[in-house]
Amino acid sequence: MKFDTPATTNPIDQLKVVGVSTSRIDGPLKTTGTAPYAYERHDVVPNQAYGYVVGAGIGKGRIASLSVAAAKAAPGVLAVVTADNAGKLGKGRLNIAKLLGGPEIDHYHQAVALVVAESFEQARAAAQLIRVEYERGEGRFDLAQAKAAMGDAADAKKEDSNVGDFAAAFAAAPVKLDETYRTPDQSHAMMEPHATVAAWEGDRLTVWTSNQMVDWTTGDLARTLGMPKEKVRLISPFVGGGFGGKLFLRADTLLAALGARAAGRPVKVALQRPLMMNNTTHRPATIQRIRIGATADGRITAIAHESWSGNLPDGKPENAVDQTRLLYAGANRLTGNRLAVLDLPEGNAMRAPGEAPGLMALEIAMDEMAERLGLDPVEFRIRNDTQVDPEKPERPFSKRQLVECLRVGAERFGWDKRNPRPGATRDGDWLVGIGMAAAFRNNLLTKSAARVRLDTRGVVTVETDMTDIGTGSYTIIAQTAAEMMGVGLDRVVVRLGDSSFPVSAGSGGQWGANNATAGVYAACVKLREAVAQRLGVNSADAQFADGQVRSGNRSVPLAQAAGGGELSAEDAIEYGDLGKRYQQSTFGGHFVEVAVDAATGETRVRRMLAVCAAGRILNPLSARSQVIGAMTMGVGAALMEELAVDTRSGFFVNHDLAGYEVPVHADIPHQEVIFLDETDPISSPMKAKGVGELGLCGVGAAVANAVYNATGVRVRDYPVTLDKLLDRLPPLA
Amino acid sequence: MRPFSYERARTPADAAAAAARTPGAKFIAGGTNLLDLMKLEIETPPHLIDVNGLSLDTVAPTPDGGLRIGALVRNTDLAADDRVRRDYGLLSRALLAGASGQLRNKATTAGNLLQRTRCPYFYDTAQPCNKRQPGSGCAAIGGFSRQLAVIGGSEACIATHPSDMAVAMRALDATVETVRPDGATRGIPIAEFHRLPGDTPHIETALEPGELITAVTLPKPLGGRHIYRKVRDRASYAFALVAVGAILQPDGSGRVALGGVAHKPWRVEAAEAELPRGAKAAAAALLAGAKPTPENAFKLPLVERTLAAVLAQAKG
Ligand SMILES: Cc1cc2nc3c(=O)[nH]c(=O)nc-3n(C[C@H](O)[C@H](O)[C@H](O)COP(=O)(O)OP(=O)(O)OC[C@H]3O[C@@H](n4cnc5c(N)ncnc54)[C@H](O)[C@@H]3O)c2cc1C
Ligand code: SF4
Repeated sequence: MKFDTPATTNPIDQLKVVGVSTSRIDGPLKTTGTAPYAYERHDVVPNQAYGYVVGAGIGKGRIASLSVAAAKAAPGVLAVVTADNAGKLGKGRLNIAKLLGGPEIDHYHQAVALVVAESFEQARAAAQLIRVEYERGEGRFDLAQAKAAMGDAADAKKEDSNVGDFAAAFAAAPVKLDETYRTPDQSHAMMEPHATVAAWEGDRLTVWTSNQMVDWTTGDLARTLGMPKEKVRLISPFVGGGFGGKLFLRADTLLAALGARAAGRPVKVALQRPLMMNNTTHRPATIQRIRIGATADGRITAIAHESWSGNLPDGKPENAVDQTRLLYAGANRLTGNRLAVLDLPEGNAMRAPGEAPGLMALEIAMDEMAERLGLDPVEFRIRNDTQVDPEKPERPFSKRQLVECLRVGAERFGWDKRNPRPGATRDGDWLVGIGMAAAFRNNLLTKSAARVRLDTRGVVTVETDMTDIGTGSYTIIAQTAAEMMGVGLDRVVVRLGDSSFPVSAGSGGQWGANNATAGVYAACVKLREAVAQRLGVNSADAQFADGQVRSGNRSVPLAQAAGGGELSAEDAIEYGDLGKRYQQSTFGGHFVEVAVDAATGETRVRRMLAVCAAGRILNPLSARSQVIGAMTMGVGAALMEELAVDTRSGFFVNHDLAGYEVPVHADIPHQEVIFLDETDPISSPMKAKGVGELGLCGVGAAVANAVYNATGVRVRDYPVTLDKLLDRLPPLA
Repeated sequence: MRPFSYERARTPADAAAAAARTPGAKFIAGGTNLLDLMKLEIETPPHLIDVNGLSLDTVAPTPDGGLRIGALVRNTDLAADDRVRRDYGLLSRALLAGASGQLRNKATTAGNLLQRTRCPYFYDTAQPCNKRQPGSGCAAIGGFSRQLAVIGGSEACIATHPSDMAVAMRALDATVETVRPDGATRGIPIAEFHRLPGDTPHIETALEPGELITAVTLPKPLGGRHIYRKVRDRASYAFALVAVGAILQPDGSGRVALGGVAHKPWRVEAAEAELPRGAKAAAAALLAGAKPTPENAFKLPLVERTLAAVLAQAKG
């Protein structure tokens, strides 16, 4: 189905099932521990052996010698895979560094060997017998140093986006700000590690794994192994968190496949937790310079946002400036990303890549600017709203309710009770402050396909390679099919995460919900036609409701359409140029109250509110879960998450969950989420957009702004830990 | 993890004797620290002696009005003990500030005293670390040292002792009771129990090879206000950046021990004379001679400010 004109009324608009808060249909599997996660697929194939990964102990250089003899001779060992014996390997289209290193080492904990043994304990013990001698190379590990070496780049660069004359307008602005902000490297730190069971049958390979993007990863696995994609089957029905860390083929999957080949039997591999921070991808650190010029009454006339980040050769920059191209008005604009080559592990997508760190900086800058202007931060943002793409004013936003989000949020949070004077509100030993930030994240459109089958019992089965990364995909897809086919949720079966199913959008970039359900919608439209044809009714006026198909005064059970054999329909949603003609984005406002211990500088969040305008909310219950989870992640980013770089030897030092702190329950207070009533007919027939990343965008800055309001200390260097506040807190008696 | 043999000891003296028979043997109590370290091959004992059956799991009054805490009393039980809560509130509070409920259910009194540092380089076997591998160097010096020691460190090691409980024990002047492989028993004052790193950071306590902790005794209660203040980046389930354990009397005198600043619970008895003069004076005396790294220099003002808050709380 081609979607190239705005959606009109369609069966989804009935909202009998879609849009209704629905507990996840896979919930019982999860609460009973029977949801099949990759490492526990003991059932799928017998005789599984265990793999244990050895990571490189240097940040850059080469292996001088690698001795596996002792490991091979250890009890239970079946095989040891290294670059020496793995055969010729290609590289995935979406991988930057090789997943099996050697002799060159590109980054710390790059896999250099896999030991396969009868038991996990034997594999682990043998892995520790592998002796690797390295020749250390000269690595570049320090972003600040790399930035300095690049020279503070001149304003105009050809890859920059330039509108008007930023330099002149900034120089002429009566009120201005020029500040630099830093965000650290961050780790996805999801609960379920990357894990795979791999089994060969002749030249065919099956992997049961934990991956967000089934088709990408199937392709990259085939490419790396130099085999036809058709011979690889990838199964990923449940993903225990990914946050972008499982978008790609990673070492667990490749090494399980290689280990299984070498051992001649199925092999399972989970990346050990201490390897995860350095072996896999991470969100790269940024240094961001923001300049804003405004008229005395607070209209932005000039805005520039430049971001420096680092990555391995051939890697991409963290696109921290994108939202600044779209979020606020202003005639003169400059945005650009600068990329330094760093030999740290591979930087790549993490939940809301670009916008998450970008807004952490921009939305502090807006707070600072409001203060310089003597304007309320909410009002300053409202004053600079734009309903069109500020770089291309002929392109309107499909729907933009930023102002409404901010107004509703301010009212519901009691913003008017905020003391604008920083450091002036006290509650016993606590300094109390309130902060806010705008939330913004683009809505991305990608082709997505599904197959829908109707059986003789009237059960509708949906099959698509879409994944559920804890988001609730199973449920919204079931809701979509139920709405379209006029049946209850109990009549719908959803099967996901299998490369033998039609290729979906997958889960990433908050694009999953809208695109995947739109693909199911397209397939259901086709199935409805097939049903109508079977039943001999006119598909245009057939009504699908209550398990019946009605046309005129005739009513036939839906199941009857499958009487002559199962009906099946497959289709994809494909997008025309609506995405070019309109800017499609999601909006929100985050409001946060914090208390900072006046003595120690410990910041504890007291309450949080997010107001989101993100198109139709397909399942308010699971959408709320997405947003509160994202807000929690935002608190982590604001207050504690940081991969500490050892710039001498080039690695993230705190590479386990004791060293890399993420929020625990005690850190998360009352959270409230409001979704504005919105449909966006430009986005898809579902009129929905994404929320899973929007919920994170801006949270960090809202927290940092609240800390400023509480203490009067402006921290521009995340995370906002107590050591950055201490010397400017009020003296103690 | 290396293969190891395993036995259950029947009496404390047997346990100590068994430990002496196999060089490198280790006792295992709750296992919450030792097992993690064995999996990473940071500890590689060839033999484990399980001490869980030794009936050292009771808390009993001593003739001089104190308490004798069996080496195997679980942290949860110790924190909940009525006598501890009433007379040694500092100990109860310190225990409850540590780890998580599940871990405290397993963790024992002796194991807690002997838990090893959380220096991140100690945990990464690809990195030089004098504590893990004597003579290999110290990766933390000049590296990521935000959590590490500000005082009492050496050229060889700047790790901290991570225990909360031990800070309270230090302020309470506990005594560690042991039995040696030859059956002899002794009491080691807590002040002498943990060592500074010096040139031998791998030797962390006064225990001799094979020496088993049987109990920790507390002198009779001191009265006063018992306050344990643990400062950390997140609200729970994190090791202390700095911890202040204090017992403060109405006349302004008292005791203070610090966690998170040194290779052992940090107490300077002479500094306590400064307490009536306030946090600044007391902190200065406690931390005289401190040598922080640029990354952890914040711990010095943090100690002072936390102590100030504790003193204010004691008055309030
Ligand atoms: C995730 C995590 C978070 C934690 N957070 C904190 C925290 O915030 N604060 C804190 O204080 N602690 C914390 N801990 C540490 C915890 O308190 C210790 O792991 C625990 O107290 C160790 O006790 P155990 O009985 O399990 O010791 P084991 O692991 O059994 O033993 C530890 C050591 O003591 C030796 N040993 C045990 N018993 C005896 C004996 N009777 N005589 C001689 N030697 C003996 C063993 O040989 C071993 O060397 C944390 C631990 C974890 C895993
Ligand atoms: S500080 Fe101590 S524990 Fe840490 S690396 Fe240095 S020697 Fe090892």
